[in-house]
Amino acid sequence: MAQNVFSWLDERLGLKAIYDTVLDRKVPKVNWWFTLGSASLFLGALQGITGILLSVYYVPTPDHAYDSITYIMTGVQFGWLIRGLHHWGSSLLILTAFIHMLRVFFYGAYKYPREFTWITGVALLISALGMGFTGYLLPWNQRSYWATTVGTEIAGTVPGIGDFILRVLRGGTDLSAVTLSRFFSLHIWIIPVIALATVLTHLYMVIRLGISNIPDKDS
Amino acid sequence: MSRKYRSPVMDRRSFVKIVTSALGSLMAAVVGLPVIQYFISPAFGKEAGDDWISLGTLEDYPFNTPTLFNFTLTKINGWERSSQSYGVFVLREEGKEVVVFSDVCTHLSCRVNWNPEKEGYFCPCHAALFDKHGNVLSGPPPRPMDRYETKLDGGQLFIHLREG
Repeated sequence: MAQNVFSWLDERLGLKAIYDTVLDRKVPKVNWWFTLGSASLFLGALQGITGILLSVYYVPTPDHAYDSITYIMTGVQFGWLIRGLHHWGSSLLILTAFIHMLRVFFYGAYKYPREFTWITGVALLISALGMGFTGYLLPWNQRSYWATTVGTEIAGTVPGIGDFILRVLRGGTDLSAVTLSRFFSLHIWIIPVIALATVLTHLYMVIRLGISNIPDKDS
Repeated sequence: MSRKYRSPVMDRRSFVKIVTSALGSLMAAVVGLPVIQYFISPAFGKEAGDDWISLGTLEDYPFNTPTLFNFTLTKINGWERSSQSYGVFVLREEGKEVVVFSDVCTHLSCRVNWNPEKEGYFCPCHAALFDKHGNVLSGPPPRPMDRYETKLDGGQLFIHLREG
């Protein structure tokens, strides 16, 4: 029965072909350092899922942000687990992504024809850092407030246009309700949508070009 | 289509291409340009705050020890009315004019505390230290602590708060 359903779908969707191209593709003999891209992808997906779950209770206003997170941590069953995964997952994602980049760098895997794959990877690192920066404000506690004060002031030190950047980031001269809601919007919509498109491009190129050998003595 | 209606300038295909991309660009601009304004407009305009704030009777401040004075002002950011807290250090010294410092660190805007052991203002964010007169002793600040313009009126100390 299941076999029949699968063949019926496969005939129409080409599932086997997708499986063969995406998962059964040929790869050179590699080592454990080559697993970090998949690890980052997994953690990114985990951040997406736990983030969606957190949005069930979280409210991005100065009056309710902190209390809604306290409620997630103490009132909702397993709220601590979901938020804990999101909290620690974010740091771990930066770590796996960074070591992944070191692997690509030291094996020279960024070279022709994979330069653009590297560029999308850099864009993904920046997206991840942007997610970290915007997410840090959302608990609206003392640490968030002052970290964002300092972070936006750093952006404000850019010569010439610094003050403009600072005001646009904060939505005014002060850190306020406006800042919290725009950071929330960046955190759950704008950056994730850009990052998702970039991830798909990155994966498409990994599949299209294949992955490179570990360089040997001759290369 | 008969030959006599054919344009000498372009064929139908290029005409459709040009019109499609022109209309497309126009529609993108009609939505896109307001979106930029939509994002950045809260950053500008309004609140050129200019006020004299009373810090109470000058005689109440001790000599030689910087004393913190806190006050709050109601501010409107976007839709939200919130009270913004301010802290200033009042330094009175014998035979000198009173000086009032902002407690906002000149490095990245954290708040400094007066530390009596170190005889200085200390910023907890990046370990900056200013001396009693606001000069940088150590750490990253690019300039001395900011001072407020002061005035005395009937024994009351006022500072000039200007923002925006």
